[in-house]
Amino acid sequence: MEWLNAVVQGTLLGGLYALFAAGLSLIFGVMRLVNIAHGDLIVMAAYLGLTATVVLGIHPLVALIVVIPAMAGIGYVLQRGILNRTLGDDLLPPLLVTFGLSVIIQNALLEGYTADPQKMNAGALETASLSVGGLSLGILPVLTFAVAVAVIAGLQWMFYHTALGRAFRAVSDNQDIAQLMGLNKRHIFGLAMALALAVTAIAGIFLGIRTSFDPSIGGGRLIFGFEAVIIGGLGNLWGTLAGGVILGVAQTVGAKIDPGWQVLSGHIAFLLILAVRPQGLFPRVSG
Amino acid sequence: MPEPILKISKLSAHYGDFQALYGVDMEVAEGEVLAIIGANGAGKTTLLRSLSGLMSNEAGQITYRGQAIGALRADQVAALGIALVPEGRQLFPSLTVEENLMIGGRVNRAGPWNLHKVYDLFPILQERRGQASTSLSGGQQQMVAIGRALMSNPDLILFDEISLGLAPIIIKDIYAALPGIVGGGMSAVIVEQDITKALSVSSRVYCLQEGRVSLEGGSATVSREEISRAYFGIA
Repeated sequence: MEWLNAVVQGTLLGGLYALFAAGLSLIFGVMRLVNIAHGDLIVMAAYLGLTATVVLGIHPLVALIVVIPAMAGIGYVLQRGILNRTLGDDLLPPLLVTFGLSVIIQNALLEGYTADPQKMNAGALETASLSVGGLSLGILPVLTFAVAVAVIAGLQWMFYHTALGRAFRAVSDNQDIAQLMGLNKRHIFGLAMALALAVTAIAGIFLGIRTSFDPSIGGGRLIFGFEAVIIGGLGNLWGTLAGGVILGVAQTVGAKIDPGWQVLSGHIAFLLILAVRPQGLFPRVSG
Repeated sequence: MPEPILKISKLSAHYGDFQALYGVDMEVAEGEVLAIIGANGAGKTTLLRSLSGLMSNEAGQITYRGQAIGALRADQVAALGIALVPEGRQLFPSLTVEENLMIGGRVNRAGPWNLHKVYDLFPILQERRGQASTSLSGGQQQMVAIGRALMSNPDLILFDEISLGLAPIIIKDIYAALPGIVGGGMSAVIVEQDITKALSVSSRVYCLQEGRVSLEGGSATVSREEISRAYFGIA
């Protein structure tokens, strides 16, 4: 039963990792951009949520109403103002610019909020649990997982059933020809980044409720997000959820063997999958 | 000649150090079907890429309905009513047949073309509308590429090598559909290596040779000898 519990808890943890990863997967799928600052943007969203809860006196989940549009707006401006200028045949410029952005965000958060760990107070939600088949499941992890599934299902629906989704796929397939269809790729990329950072806002709020955070933890969230994306297959949203779950289960099972093995066992699982299937478990099929 | 819808003056274009067009002058009249012929590497595709906003032009001017469009992006050019059917079809592989057509309608200009009209023109596409565009035959893909361009209701449509890589019977079908496309007053520029086909559907013809206009004349009046000279540079 303890092993089963570890697997179930890992699966639920995978929901948070999928939220970390969904934005990365989306922008890689649409514009082939690898965003090194993604983890720091998650932490920034957590701080925005913290500020909203303190200033407005609202519950962290209610703060999503403020943080999601704020992050989406930041994403659009960031893409149109900076990142679009770095996109091209060479992958290095966006990597370097987003690395620089990561450093800037970390330092700005340090300046604004200090290095002291912070946490959002979600009240009874943090400790509430339900019993299922002898297992005790925290309401917060279950909610996080359900939100991750809903977010990915929503993104998947948007991609395949809306005009915006068609535009994302067309620009992803062939930017020049998409422009011939009247699509302004700079605007489409801006919308993709806005959507990615809206998801990042959700990830940041759930991160901030689940655990304490400080300006330096973005790098670790970025690695978990990357690992989930790569395990699942680049550009595949449901694969990203599967990647998050595999990573989460590897970590909780590793922790069951030895608490010190939690993070390491996740990395080992990632490396093993990368060695066996370099394209990930569920790569996006194209062409 | 009626008032030109498109006027190109002394247009030059480069790929890095390689100059592909040298001071090209050309006009397309309202409602006219113009053919551009020339050998491989003559600059035909470069010219269409320049007209559609996919290439920036170092020198010269492109005027469309009196407006300079040489510095516009491809999406801005499309919004003005110029559509390109690109060489090699270049459909979006992750979109179905119908999605490829619908994305052509993103420009949202008023006009007669819509999904139903495209399906009337190419009935096979309605049968295949839910399929991945890449699963179609070359000829059917060309129909999607043409339908996708028509969905924007352009005033000027540019065809780049529409017969390239297609079986003769399919080429015949595609060309048989052309009068139905341009019959409503739409202007068209047809870039072709198949000289006979190009001349049969156009009223005037330009020949490009090594980036320069080597011949201009009426499609019905230019002689085989003139075309051979202009096409191959044979004196």
